[in-house]
Amino acid sequence: MAGLETFYEVMRRQGITRRSFIKYCSLTAAALGLGPEFVPQIASAMETKPRLPVLWLHGLECTCCSESFIRSAHPLVKDVVLSMISLDYDDTLMASAGHQAEAILDEVMEKYHGNYILAVEGNPPLNEDGMYCIIGGKPFVEQLKKVASGAKAIISWGSCASYGCVQAARPNPTQATPVHKVILDKPIIKVPGCPPIAEVMTGVITYMLTFDRLPELDRQGRPKMFYSQRIHDKCYRRPHFDAGQYVESFDDEGARKGYCLYKVGCKGPTTYNACSIVRWNDGVSFPIQSGHGCIGCSEDGFWDKGSWYARLQNVGGFGVEASADKVGMVAAGAVGAGLAAHAAISALSRARYKGDDAQ
Amino acid sequence: MVPSKSNVLTDEDLQGTNLQGQNARALRARKLTTIYVYEAPVRLWHWVTAASIVVLAITEYFIGTPLPTLSGEPSNHFLMGWIRYLHFAAAWIFAVGFAGRIVWTFMGNIYTRELFYIPIWRKDYWKGLLDEILVYAFIKKQGEKTIGHNALARTALFFCFTLTGLFMIISGFALYSEGTGMDSWEGRVFGWVMPWLGGDLGTHFLHHWGMWVIILFVMIHIYTVTREDIMSRQTLLSAMTNGYRSYRDDRPK
Repeated sequence: MAGLETFYEVMRRQGITRRSFIKYCSLTAAALGLGPEFVPQIASAMETKPRLPVLWLHGLECTCCSESFIRSAHPLVKDVVLSMISLDYDDTLMASAGHQAEAILDEVMEKYHGNYILAVEGNPPLNEDGMYCIIGGKPFVEQLKKVASGAKAIISWGSCASYGCVQAARPNPTQATPVHKVILDKPIIKVPGCPPIAEVMTGVITYMLTFDRLPELDRQGRPKMFYSQRIHDKCYRRPHFDAGQYVESFDDEGARKGYCLYKVGCKGPTTYNACSIVRWNDGVSFPIQSGHGCIGCSEDGFWDKGSWYARLQNVGGFGVEASADKVGMVAAGAVGAGLAAHAAISALSRARYKGDDAQ
Repeated sequence: MVPSKSNVLTDEDLQGTNLQGQNARALRARKLTTIYVYEAPVRLWHWVTAASIVVLAITEYFIGTPLPTLSGEPSNHFLMGWIRYLHFAAAWIFAVGFAGRIVWTFMGNIYTRELFYIPIWRKDYWKGLLDEILVYAFIKKQGEKTIGHNALARTALFFCFTLTGLFMIISGFALYSEGTGMDSWEGRVFGWVMPWLGGDLGTHFLHHWGMWVIILFVMIHIYTVTREDIMSRQTLLSAMTNGYRSYRDDRPK
């Protein structure tokens, strides 16, 4: 149990200098889109507030959210981040296991009832009474409901917890269900992405520590500071989009010149995330920078929205895969032919109607 | 005017008019009952909307399937920018026109309201609908005379134009809010549409389908209007150009 050390104490204990600490506060303020006047506020919060107990549950997931999270560069390096919050339970990262680990869960729930943050990675499958995901001998959905009951707020890490992601893709045999459809009585912050950006994850937590409140959320429950703009809006290839310069295929001149990937199915124009600003791996790159279109992993149901290499979804129910335009063209052709035939029959069956005098 | 048996005029009919003394037979003079149906704002709206649909459909197609890549520096071109600009400009004209058209239903004649509902509770609506279907199936020779739209036209207009157009406006503003931001008024008023229609991509997809519905409607609309103008008992082209609809016979039914 981490006790009630403040963040600053933990950082100092781990050999972080005061200078590095202030630098971290400035970077965090910048990452959260706050002005320099908020740096002292963040520093003071870190110095005085006890660490926020976080219980991190894993449902049906691939652990890519955890993998991303431990690579956060700003706020600082991974070990500081892990000490910053009091991550009291996270079965992938904690040392204890088995009954010992489950005992911690109960202990924290009791001690910090109503004050801890529940972070959920993955989602509960509901089919067969939740038997597709068993944690400590019980269905995950039961653990989730139990821990959620005493939580102050819930963070849905990644697209699994937020929307369902791959395990909820059609036909969804396990009936994997996003957290907000199971837990209805707690504030839920969705941090979608497969995985979410590391700095977005730590940024959300830092905001909640600093200001003691949830970040401002959009209509779908995502923090606005990271999810209010599309990748397309801040994409460095956007000028090529507006100019009309596109990669037509992945080996052409346009691909080498770094033109817009819109025509090869980039989902940047329909995906809300911070990839084109924050980027990945300490700002090294992001998919579009590497020459591949965005697959829209932070959008609801992205597995079921057609090819990653086509602009629009295919149309189901036409036997072969057909784009809306193909179906539309065929329909227009059919209607055109039908109208022409109708016109011909009309002309044959009856000459021009002239009124009474022609009868 | 005293209704004559036939609408072919005789010399007598010309008495007391500005054609008095002319030879009616040589003139092939016919009397047509004419009604002023579509008032100027309706006609103006119709053609402005028609023009905006043409621009919208063309630009929409090139937004979905962009033109081949232009060479040179991106600073020299703004092709997609202009295509999108034209789409948004035309969309605004379409939307403002649609809103104005709704306002006009309160100010114009009774025929202005036909676009916005179908009277399913009225028996003569269903009879008229069946009649027109029979006419178009070549089973019946003539439909009934109407002053506004016939029942079939009205049904098609209501579903394929009014409802689809409304859907295009709502989904269009929702998509527009992608660019103006979720805190813009478009985002606040229309942003709810996105999750409801399967996310941004799903909304794009259905908006694209809406275009095809309207294109098919326009094809059928132009055909039937032309056909009706030639073959039916009333004129249609004049009704939407100068507003007057003429009838080729005066039979009551």
